Amino acid sequence: MANTLRQISAITRINIKSIPQRFWMSLSTIVAIALVVGVLLGFLAMGNGFKKTLSSSGTKDVAILLRDGSDSEINSVVMREQTQLIEEAPGVARVNGKALVSAELYVVVDGKRRTNGIKANMPLRGLDSTGFALRPGVTFSKGRLFRPGTNEVIVGSGLVREFSGFDLGQTIRFGTSTWTIVGVFDAGGSVYESEIWGDVSVVQSQFKRLNSYQSIRAKLASPDQLAALKAYVDKDQRLKLETRSEADYFAAQAKQSSDLISNLGWPLAIIMTFGAVAGALNTMYSSVSVRTAEIGTLRAIGFGGFPTFVGTLIEAVILAAIGAVLGSVVIWLFVNGLSTSSLGGSFTQVVFTFSLTPRIITTAILLALLIGFIGGFFPALRAARQPIAAMVNE
Amino acid sequence: MLYQLRNVSKRFTKAKETLTIFDNLNMDIPEGDFVAMMGPSGSGKTTLLNILGGIDKVTSGEVSFAGNRIDGYSEGQLSEWRAANVGFIFQFYNLMPMLSAAQNVELPLMLTNLSGAKRKENVATALNIVNLSDRAKHYPREMSGGQQQRVAIARAMVSDPQLLLCDEPTGDLDRTTADEILTTLQVLNRELGKTIVMVTHDPEAARYAKRTLHLNKGVFEDKMVMA
Repeated sequence: MANTLRQISAITRINIKSIPQRFWMSLSTIVAIALVVGVLLGFLAMGNGFKKTLSSSGTKDVAILLRDGSDSEINSVVMREQTQLIEEAPGVARVNGKALVSAELYVVVDGKRRTNGIKANMPLRGLDSTGFALRPGVTFSKGRLFRPGTNEVIVGSGLVREFSGFDLGQTIRFGTSTWTIVGVFDAGGSVYESEIWGDVSVVQSQFKRLNSYQSIRAKLASPDQLAALKAYVDKDQRLKLETRSEADYFAAQAKQSSDLISNLGWPLAIIMTFGAVAGALNTMYSSVSVRTAEIGTLRAIGFGGFPTFVGTLIEAVILAAIGAVLGSVVIWLFVNGLSTSSLGGSFTQVVFTFSLTPRIITTAILLALLIGFIGGFFPALRAARQPIAAMVNE
Repeated sequence: MLYQLRNVSKRFTKAKETLTIFDNLNMDIPEGDFVAMMGPSGSGKTTLLNILGGIDKVTSGEVSFAGNRIDGYSEGQLSEWRAANVGFIFQFYNLMPMLSAAQNVELPLMLTNLSGAKRKENVATALNIVNLSDRAKHYPREMSGGQQQRVAIARAMVSDPQLLLCDEPTGDLDRTTADEILTTLQVLNRELGKTIVMVTHDPEAARYAKRTLHLNKGVFEDKMVMA
């Protein structure tokens, strides 16, 4: 065993030392593998960042009620009478006898990306002071809260980062109405940082939705009161609403969107993997071919076929590992933490940051090592099995 | 007897055609012998050398080394046998270009259980025998053909094998350098008792051997092939 390991070590050392003889070909393989790793990491970091943003947006003790069959706020319509019924519902938290229920309007307005000026859908949320009470993580980084009854809005910090025209003090036109930005808020990196908030009654008035909302949020007395609220809603024929916790709502949206991103990323990475495997095979066949006499000589001296096979395979895996590290470092340095936006479940832009995790990096590195393994396997087999007598005189 | 070949045949099949290299060949090589094998191209001498070195297999017949049949050995057994008993010297030296002279010489010792220090000591001794102590750290590209072949000789003998197999060891060298190499081989044979089988086209080189065998179309033309 020790002898076999010593042989593998010697052959690997020789193989690695000979890489400069095939520098450009080895480099092209490394770059191809780095590209595969980079693309995969980019997509997975995007999916993860998106998921993180959405899943950090909801809590278990706030229920969200949407029209039956609606899976996002944009598709939902809730009437004022229904809101009043929810205020009477069991399980809803109350302060001084007043139910903590927020009927919210959610409309789509236009924004322009800072990077390229392209128009994108922005969410304008109308809410009142109870809506703020249901989002305790919201803090102002600049300015103040809008005054009720005015055309003042506040904007999330993510939105300000990605879209132009939303800086503090600026005025902006949505349709026929003009609004003044009076505050910029942070919301712990959640989806709310991608939104514009204004007074619900003014938004209703300006967008001609006088008696309707998109969603109702209700603070629960405790998370386990969701069942009581749900039973109440299901029982009342006037409330054709779907009840779920805010955490579940955003988790479902997160899954849907991040699955979509991952489902795009993986096929692309797999297609590129085929290219990288072909490159690795080419490099390793060339490596074996160029060194036929050397490999034959080693085997003639007494080095075994198995150590020759493993040593050649290790060379391929090392090239793949270098590619994996290169791809990971580039993505880590230039993409991880990068802020961007994408269309969310409500057809509006969600600002999020690319987010790498050790698990994602491990996945990409394993894919790279697999490329190295496949790319090295057959050339290694050739190195180990070719007749020695024919090799030594090559 | 170090080597005994009995009724050895070697055939190649290529494009549905069978080519017989030799048929029912018999040969003995006593310990301490220095045999030069000559013959025209295609006579089968390199194939025979490869069979003696265990890097090619016979189609039929018996090959015995020090009384043990080796023709039935597996690839793994042959690798171990070669590591223990055979040193190869090739026409074009076959050194690893990325390794220094000392590292090249050390390669066969990687297959032994010797310690690092002992390996270094043996490498130094082998390089000393071929008068290349001062070139230990040089790479093949920094050495002349003759020096490279001396490194190859040091590599072949460093693990103290009984048998040295040389395939045209002077084929790529000028006369003076060739004579130096052949003298070294002669010294290894006479003073260290190494058994040497050398394939050559050069009658001058063959003169350094104790005997010369002539192979033509797979048949020895000499009488003293067997003991």
